[in-house]
Amino acid sequence: MTALAQLGGGTPATGAPPPARPGRHRLLPYLLLLPGAAWLLVFFVVPLLQLAAASLYDPTGSLSTGYALTWAFGNYPEAVQAYWPQFARSFGYAGAALVLALLLGYPLAYAIAQKAGRWKNLLLVCVVAPMFTSFLVRTLAWKTILSDNGVLVGLLRDVHLLGPDGRLLATPVAVVLGLTYNFLPFLVLPLYASLERLDRRLLEAASDLYAGPLRAFRRVTLPLSMPGLIAGTLLFFIPATGDYINAELLGTPNEYMIGNVIDSAFLVRLDYPQGAALSFLLMAAILAVVFVYLRRAGTEDVL
Amino acid sequence: MANEAPAGDLRLAHLSKRFGIFTAVDDLSLTVPQGSFFALLGASGCGKTTTLRMIAGLEEPTSGQVLLGGRDIARLRPYQRPVNTVFQSYALFPHLDIAENVAFGLRRRGIRKVGDQVRRMLALVQLDGYERRRPAQLSGGQQQRVALARALINHPQVLLLDEPLGALDLKLRRQMQIELKRIQTEVGITFVHVTHDQEEAMTMADTVAVMNAGRIEQLGAPAELYEYPATAFVANFLGQSNLLAADAAGPAGSEVPVTAHGARFSVPVDRARTDQGPVYLGVRPEKLHLVETVDQVPTGHQQVEGVITDASYVGVSTQYLVRTGWGSELSAFTANSGVGGQHPVGATVVAHWDPRHAFLLPREPGQDDHTTPLLDEPVGAPS
Repeated sequence: MTALAQLGGGTPATGAPPPARPGRHRLLPYLLLLPGAAWLLVFFVVPLLQLAAASLYDPTGSLSTGYALTWAFGNYPEAVQAYWPQFARSFGYAGAALVLALLLGYPLAYAIAQKAGRWKNLLLVCVVAPMFTSFLVRTLAWKTILSDNGVLVGLLRDVHLLGPDGRLLATPVAVVLGLTYNFLPFLVLPLYASLERLDRRLLEAASDLYAGPLRAFRRVTLPLSMPGLIAGTLLFFIPATGDYINAELLGTPNEYMIGNVIDSAFLVRLDYPQGAALSFLLMAAILAVVFVYLRRAGTEDVL
Repeated sequence: MANEAPAGDLRLAHLSKRFGIFTAVDDLSLTVPQGSFFALLGASGCGKTTTLRMIAGLEEPTSGQVLLGGRDIARLRPYQRPVNTVFQSYALFPHLDIAENVAFGLRRRGIRKVGDQVRRMLALVQLDGYERRRPAQLSGGQQQRVALARALINHPQVLLLDEPLGALDLKLRRQMQIELKRIQTEVGITFVHVTHDQEEAMTMADTVAVMNAGRIEQLGAPAELYEYPATAFVANFLGQSNLLAADAAGPAGSEVPVTAHGARFSVPVDRARTDQGPVYLGVRPEKLHLVETVDQVPTGHQQVEGVITDASYVGVSTQYLVRTGWGSELSAFTANSGVGGQHPVGATVVAHWDPRHAFLLPREPGQDDHTTPLLDEPVGAPS
């Protein structure tokens, strides 16, 4: 988000303006905006309005009989009533995965940014490398890793962390692990960018001013990595909340998240008004969470 | 305070730091008396900053001790030492305002009521009213003073300053030199100041240690270092010197006679660092006086004849180059005090000096005259 803000601020400043034809020069930023704006209008704003309209269709309609826009606001409370457990599960799983990803990702980003030396670029490639394979393939691979006859489950059973019939696949744990794995790079990369800019001399100064390693981290490193931390958690949390592949492949209907419900509403049950209403509810819920989070995190850099 | 004085001395004993095969600091020993303003002076890469960082704890010595009041602190972590640093880059915390930057050390030591102390410290560095600003909103000179306040508020036993004025422009630097000296006198804390600027070291410090290649070349009061340098390096790093290759053959009475380029000179015994073998006969450019004829030379003075090859008028003085009969060029500075006239380029002159202003230094056999070119900044080791 900071990067976007910087890009936006940078566009009008296209070097020293030539004195001739200042009028055209002033229009240039808008001309540059035009293609992108047109794209967003056609492929984002129009479908969004279409979806909003669909969420207010008469719920008794169907593909064969056709839909009528009856301003059926009742679709929303009905959708919440029917699927609030999936909503709660989405935020619960995404939250748990976020905590796990922070525990894994912060030390990783810190190590790459500050300690890796000449291995820095190689390690960054390693973080991004899984992205070269399809999301589906990666998640299917986790199915193998977590399978009942797999090495991991065998090991956990041997050390009695799992009972003799205990399993990982088709449990909430599997879904959370899948979410953590699939979205980890989105957390690590912005965090890395923040930590890479961290001036080591500030840590020396903190150390010189009686701050031990833990206090120096809490008082200097952490606050200075805040922009990256906020960007990373948002980039992780938002897609993780809406995800349905992990629950689909690694869980059972008992682990289904709201994404699975929307998926089935549109593609299986063909209940378009409900699917659209659920989509808008998810969007609103995520926006609310993000807004509260940014207010609490309190950085001027992001909002 | 007074009876504690000897206990608070900072002593470095056989301190060494090697990075791989490179020796940055080589068996360094020195004592900084409590309450003094001590300057470590040297060109970049001479080991002065490494020495400072070892005192701060930011660099671990390869061997040797850092003793503070008799206690070896060389193996303590930086945050365990009663020492604070003003960093060259200031290293102010960009996410904290000025008051919190200054209070940082107090807070880490669990002191809750910091408001009064912060206000007093900001007043000391003349930054009252800047509490709520961010470091990025301050000028370089102001940031420098925040860095100073942030270190001083902790009342360290020793304050370390790593080229603190390096990033400031000349006028501000002069102002801060005076300011720093005033503050040091006011708080009475030992200051160890690292700089490559000889003028800065001389104007501020009680004691200056000139470092070269990881060792101390000479240590003493600024006037002592300037008037009677111990080595050719010091003679040229601190101001300029005309060093004539000469040979000595032991003292004769209260004088050491030397021969240089076929002429005979002498230097008082107490101005001779050595009295045998190859020596440098040194005279500072401002101690060389120029007259037109030999009979104008005062009695007791010694002289060399030559031709003016260059004259630079720099306002307060005129700086001449005088080519001697054997080809070396001597520098001579004459004050533009209205007494005595200017010498045109090409004029034959006699350069004379009082032997009590000359000095004898050891010289490596085979080294020729070493006279610094006019207006050249002293940099690095003599070539």
